[in-house]
Amino acid sequence: MKNQVNKTFWILFFILPGLLIVTIFIIAPLFMSMFNSMYSWVSIDRDRWVGFENFVKIFTKYPYQDRFFNAIGNNVQWFMTTMFVQNTIGLLFGYLLFKRIYGSEIFQRVFFIPVLFSVVAVGFLWGLYLNPNMGVVNRLLNDMGLGQWAMAWLGDEKLATPSIIAVNIWRWVGFPTLVFYAGFNSVPMETVEAAYIDGVGEWRLFWKIMFPLIMPAVTIITVLTLIGSLNVFEQVYTMAGLDGGPFYSTDTLGTLFYRTAFGGIDTGLPEIGIGSAIGVVIYVLTFGISAFSIVALRKREVEL
Amino acid sequence: MKKNLVICLLVLMAGSMVFAGGSSESDAKEESSSKVELNFWSWRTEDVDIYNELIDIFEAKNPGIEVNFTAYKNTEYNTILSAAIKGGSGPDIIHLRTYGSLETLAKPGYLMPLEDKVPELSGFGETVLLGATSASDGEIYGVPFASQTLVIYYNKAIYAELGLEIPETWDEFLANLDAVKAAGYTGLANGGKDGWTLEILQGVICPNFYGANDFFNEVVAGDTDFTDDRYRGSLEKLLELRPYMPDNFMGIAYTDMQMLFINEMAAHFIGGSWEAGYFGKENTALDFDVFAGPVAKKGDTRYVSSFADSSFGMSADTQNSKEATAFLRFMASTEAGQFLTDKLTMKSDAPGVVFSDPFLGRVGDLNENNTPYIMLVGFRYDKPTGSELLQSLLQGMMADSINSTEVVSQVQEGVSSWYKPFQD
Repeated sequence: MKNQVNKTFWILFFILPGLLIVTIFIIAPLFMSMFNSMYSWVSIDRDRWVGFENFVKIFTKYPYQDRFFNAIGNNVQWFMTTMFVQNTIGLLFGYLLFKRIYGSEIFQRVFFIPVLFSVVAVGFLWGLYLNPNMGVVNRLLNDMGLGQWAMAWLGDEKLATPSIIAVNIWRWVGFPTLVFYAGFNSVPMETVEAAYIDGVGEWRLFWKIMFPLIMPAVTIITVLTLIGSLNVFEQVYTMAGLDGGPFYSTDTLGTLFYRTAFGGIDTGLPEIGIGSAIGVVIYVLTFGISAFSIVALRKREVEL
Repeated sequence: MKKNLVICLLVLMAGSMVFAGGSSESDAKEESSSKVELNFWSWRTEDVDIYNELIDIFEAKNPGIEVNFTAYKNTEYNTILSAAIKGGSGPDIIHLRTYGSLETLAKPGYLMPLEDKVPELSGFGETVLLGATSASDGEIYGVPFASQTLVIYYNKAIYAELGLEIPETWDEFLANLDAVKAAGYTGLANGGKDGWTLEILQGVICPNFYGANDFFNEVVAGDTDFTDDRYRGSLEKLLELRPYMPDNFMGIAYTDMQMLFINEMAAHFIGGSWEAGYFGKENTALDFDVFAGPVAKKGDTRYVSSFADSSFGMSADTQNSKEATAFLRFMASTEAGQFLTDKLTMKSDAPGVVFSDPFLGRVGDLNENNTPYIMLVGFRYDKPTGSELLQSLLQGMMADSINSTEVVSQVQEGVSSWYKPFQD
């Protein structure tokens, strides 16, 4: 009995501080923004209850509607590109490391180093590298005689988002690599050996045996990519600025939310009601899509 | 044994917190009994030393008042300030932005009206006070700090080398740009990555083509709107400048523009009068001067856009309004104005200030014919602001994604969603 009480005490002792922090900094603000999104605001003061009017505005009124769907479009671009480019490279790197290619001991560490860098530092430095006239990227292209490929990477509407995504892939590809590498390593060696003895080729071994067995890792990476893509903010903020420029081509839900709720640097006035509503939409989207994808992907996971 | 250790640690931790809290509290009490502390917040992180120097002068004259100057990062200032004021921990003295941004704090009643507190305000110019006046109740909430003028900077050494003269008309300006370009320099440092620099470009070039004050007064009154051909046509002029901008100009950000002009790689820089101090500091050998935006034909009146830059206000719920008033009266004095003018190379609006700096004198001359910086002065009072619409739309126009007709019709659609004179 005493032991039981003691155990409960210790469980509470270790959980409470964390729970308190999560409640204050995550759960309470979540409900606060739901509350705030139902009000009209006079600059930074809550005014009167308007129900879902702010949400209706986001979906139907100029310019909110245009900005919102444009931002969502860019978030989708982030997800698709990250999913197909970054995670495919991650899968390949993970498999190569697992196959113990020459120098894999070193690569294993090298791939992961950028993951440890701060997003802001990476964004700032790559912003300099991609500078159209002074950046190393264009300098290199010019020196190699590829001057016509030297572009305004972050200033061209068509190139800006892909450029920022590319930088983010450079920074983050080590993470899926590591997760997939761990996944491959947890596949029982007997299975692989048995397949070899049965004369299975490398290609079929990968797709029919290895890939299904690392499905849990694929689920995790997919869900994390989803959440990451819906919450993109720092990368765009550091490389393109709060306005999602040029001409909204890099605007995401994150920058749109920040700009609306807190106001642009010197042009905007805060619209906390509409900003909160965008925040709630981001939350609902993230929660809904993640839950759906977890359920959908779990079905494809197999066990030996 | 282990349990005892944990308990010991907990007691130590709790104890140290109590002591830490206690000691700082007693410190604060001791000071407050002898001196009144005023907190003064600003976004001018670059000027902390200069403001502290000014505060020293004030403190020497007003023993018993201590002013703590804190500067927050420009881009985060609004957010930090709003949060602090809402939470009841805002400063006593607030460096305020002007026009529409002033409303954020003035409208909900967070600021103290100053007209009856600071008699010095009557010495300021009417247009200058407009920047610190709330549009919602007509009260003055700030002591104006400085006004800014939008101009074209040119490199005098390059002009001398190529034998160029200050252009008067648009064609002369383009001819100068051609000559500079032919000599291997970048004609114009401006780029398009930061939308607000394009709005400035518009503020320098367009007024002389849309009819400056006439159009401004008509559009503010709602007698015409932004789809007016005078305004659309003036935006078209910006497209003619593209060949003289740096390669890949849409990727050129504000800091790149400054760098190009400071390092004498570009012959012109279209920007605000606030740049001068920085230019001079970064390259002491740089010989530059300014001229106003060119006009269509010889003899036309040459306008510059200008606006009130910022002001100093007082929180409505300060505990020390007497001391805060004393400080604001000091800030409105000729002495403080002269000090800030000399140290910051800014055109202070305080009455009686003389511009000993030749650059400021020249800016003063250009201001003989001035026109309000259109979006800031007229259309930043609600969302979406004219500025935020125009900045991004101009990026689209400069990159040929949209044309000038689409720019003006979208600005009009956005602004008319809240601007009453457009709705009748």
